[in-house]
Amino acid sequence: MESIGNIVLYFVVSLVIIIFSVMAVTTRKILRAATYLLFVLLGTAVFYFQLGYEFLGAVQIAVYAGGILVLFVFSILLTQHPADDSKVLTMHRRFVGILASLLGVALLGYALYTMPFAEGMSLQTALTANDVDMQMIGSKLLSTDKFGYMLPFEAVSVLLLACIIGGIAIARKR
Amino acid sequence: MDITLPILILAIPIAMFLILGLTGMKMSHKMAGVLGICGMGTTMVLSYIVAYTYFFSSGSAITADGMSMPFIVDGVRQQIQMFDVTWLSWAFERGTLTVNLGFLLDPISAMMLVVITTISFFVHLYSWGYMEGEKGFQRFYAFLSLFSFSMLGLVVATNIFQMYIFWELVGVSSYLLIGFYYKLQSAVAASKKAFIVTRFADLGMLIGILILSYYTKTFNFIDLTQAGGPEEVFNTIGSGSVFMGCSVLTWALVLIFTGGMGKSAMMPLHIWLPDAMEGPTPVSALIHAATMVVAGVYLVARMFPLYLMEPASLDFITGIGAITALYAAVVACTQIDIKRVLAFSTISQIAFMMVSLGVARPEIHEGLGYMASMFHLFTHAMFKALLFLGAGALIHAVHSNDYTAMGGLRKYMPITHWTFLIGCLAIAGIWPFSGFFSKDEMLSAMYGYSTFWGIWMTAVAGLTAFYMFRLYYLIFWWDENPHYKHHTPHDAPWQMSLPLIILAAVSCVAGFIPFGELVTWNGEPYHIHIDWVGVAIPSLCVAAAAILLATIMYRKKNSLPDKVAAIWPGLWTAAHHRFYWDEIYMFITHKIIFNGICSAIAWFDRHIIDGTMDMFAKVTQKTSYAIRGFQSGSIQAYVWWYFLGAVALAAVTAWAIL
Amino acid sequence: MNLDMLMYLIPSLIMFACGVFGFITRRNLIAILISLELMLNAVDLNFVIFNRFLFPGELEGMFFTLFSIGIAAAETALAIAIIINIFRAVKNVDVKEITKLKF
Repeated sequence: MESIGNIVLYFVVSLVIIIFSVMAVTTRKILRAATYLLFVLLGTAVFYFQLGYEFLGAVQIAVYAGGILVLFVFSILLTQHPADDSKVLTMHRRFVGILASLLGVALLGYALYTMPFAEGMSLQTALTANDVDMQMIGSKLLSTDKFGYMLPFEAVSVLLLACIIGGIAIARKR
Repeated sequence: MDITLPILILAIPIAMFLILGLTGMKMSHKMAGVLGICGMGTTMVLSYIVAYTYFFSSGSAITADGMSMPFIVDGVRQQIQMFDVTWLSWAFERGTLTVNLGFLLDPISAMMLVVITTISFFVHLYSWGYMEGEKGFQRFYAFLSLFSFSMLGLVVATNIFQMYIFWELVGVSSYLLIGFYYKLQSAVAASKKAFIVTRFADLGMLIGILILSYYTKTFNFIDLTQAGGPEEVFNTIGSGSVFMGCSVLTWALVLIFTGGMGKSAMMPLHIWLPDAMEGPTPVSALIHAATMVVAGVYLVARMFPLYLMEPASLDFITGIGAITALYAAVVACTQIDIKRVLAFSTISQIAFMMVSLGVARPEIHEGLGYMASMFHLFTHAMFKALLFLGAGALIHAVHSNDYTAMGGLRKYMPITHWTFLIGCLAIAGIWPFSGFFSKDEMLSAMYGYSTFWGIWMTAVAGLTAFYMFRLYYLIFWWDENPHYKHHTPHDAPWQMSLPLIILAAVSCVAGFIPFGELVTWNGEPYHIHIDWVGVAIPSLCVAAAAILLATIMYRKKNSLPDKVAAIWPGLWTAAHHRFYWDEIYMFITHKIIFNGICSAIAWFDRHIIDGTMDMFAKVTQKTSYAIRGFQSGSIQAYVWWYFLGAVALAAVTAWAIL
Repeated sequence: MNLDMLMYLIPSLIMFACGVFGFITRRNLIAILISLELMLNAVDLNFVIFNRFLFPGELEGMFFTLFSIGIAAAETALAIAIIINIFRAVKNVDVKEITKLKF
């Protein structure tokens, strides 16, 4: 039996994620969409905390909410007039979009529902299996053994460097 | 002697080629000329040292692998591989086949070193005057160096594959030099003709080499020609394999000889050599008279012990040579262009050497034919180069190739006149000029083999004397050309006269070289003795009669030649048109091959093969036009289709699993 | 009542569906990018969920998410640089106007 606090937290966060996801893609004001995205990301971070990955939650907040979203807001402010609302969707477009989403939901939902792993363990038991501490993450991230992540880590660092240079090269004034 | 000199002999010409070829355009003409002449002069001196050491010292050579090889063992001159570097090597189940690059020192290669470097040096010197002020002077010298390098590499080849490589290289340099005046349509056509005809012949040679190496598992000359080497192999493997009535060895040897036929302009592959006279005259002297065209003779001489094993192949060589000799001599009597006369004379003389090789047998005068052939190669190189260089001096003076523009030149050009006369006497075989000795030895060998060939070739020798003196009288006597009053011809500058004088001197005395002591088929010395009664006096009489006839007909301008020509007008016209060989080739290539076979192939290619490919292209194009609307440029449409595809795949997968 | 894997996967699934809907229907390039982030986030969440419930002893799912976040940051930065560039060129970020690449 899960603690009541955890269950309440789960439902609140689920609701937040679902509602703000829908609102983020349906609102006509782009700045609001970015704000709703922020709530979805924060909700995801709470899920990470709840699942026992504190470090990941912190990264999610710092990188996504703190970094990427700020980028979004900047670019919106650079490219949009505040009064510009997007146009109301035509029936055809809405139909196409909803059809695609519903097809996806139906298929994935069916798969989730029928797959045998759906009867997995509860969160409580899963959480007791191990404790993820920072030291383990750090040593694994920089280890070259099996299940070590040295190479991807370096690859991502190079990618980020390339990205910095590329961003500058693309966006600079000619 | 160690390997320094052999390496230098090969390295200097190629270095000259690279230097002149790469930086020549930056040099002045004088600088390039002096550089080329000095390079070639050094090579000549080094070759003389090598040849002198080999022939006249009883010492030994230190080869690259440190062995000391004596030049003479038990009175027999040895074949010495100075170095032999493995270049390529293939191992397969029956053994290892290696392609080596090396330097083989033996009597004929030492003799050829002397011939090539001497003629090449004099041609270098002569060209300094002859090519004065020509555009591309440096290029000319670079090509001359390339040719010298290739020819030297050819004669010192230790194996037949190296020979083939350099064989093609001399072909290329010949092509480059014939087409030296590349703005002249006829020169371009001639260079292409020379290259294609010889290349076609080389295909046969390559097949022959492959057959030979397939059975003997070696390319090396010494391994091939040593007693009991390949003989055993052929007796066990080769003799059983008979193809169209001839043994495998005969086929291989005849095919290899095909390459020699192409290079040495034997019938029916002779058609390129007269046209090759489009090149500058020094080139004709060097390549198309003295050195490259005797490569075929050299090839047969080099593999002579192998040819001896199959007398049928030697008979083939004799037949081809005899027919070519007569044909070329007859044609030479009717040509107007003096260089063409000399070209046909060259063909005839090389055929002479071929016949002499073909009749050489160890049991007949101890292989005299071989020695005589090499002797004639040597003397012919000297006097034919002299004649060509003389012709160049004449052309330089009157600016025309035809004897109709000449006549009565003896007063204006004394040096050219006297040297040319010496050359004519030498080629006609008059004692004591060099041609007499070598020709006498060759005729001795032919009479020794069969009287029929002896008489045949004596007749050819008579024709030779006749057409050479016809040429001589038409150029220097006959009737003085009225054109000289406006433009007085005069002797050439010293760079051109000096080679003439020296070569003339050599032609006077070269006959007294004890050649038999130096070059024989098996390395054992042979004492030359002249068969005065049986061969020498009859042939001298024939030559003298021919000269007398030429004197009567051509000394003063008269109508006798026209009358003689009118006796057999058909024969004269046919000979003047070289018995229509070019026309026959034109008919075969254009009418039969191009129009007949090739047009059918072209039709098939264009309509069936190309048609199939075009159909693929058309179908692709039509389909592309039909479906290009999908590429709307709207990302979201793409995502929509992509997503539907992903869903469909996932559905299929799920259906398959569950 | 137990909190099991399915309960966590459902919000993630809906988040993904919203992302698809937004990507297909929105005209604004930035809005499309936001939809993209939604989808990416849903996938990240799935990694972590599967890691926690199926292989509690391992850390692979978590590391995948970690790297994914890093790459997403890079991708967004570049995409926004491109969008700003496009805006400079055509004074617009409407995907309908940007059709220079079609045939």
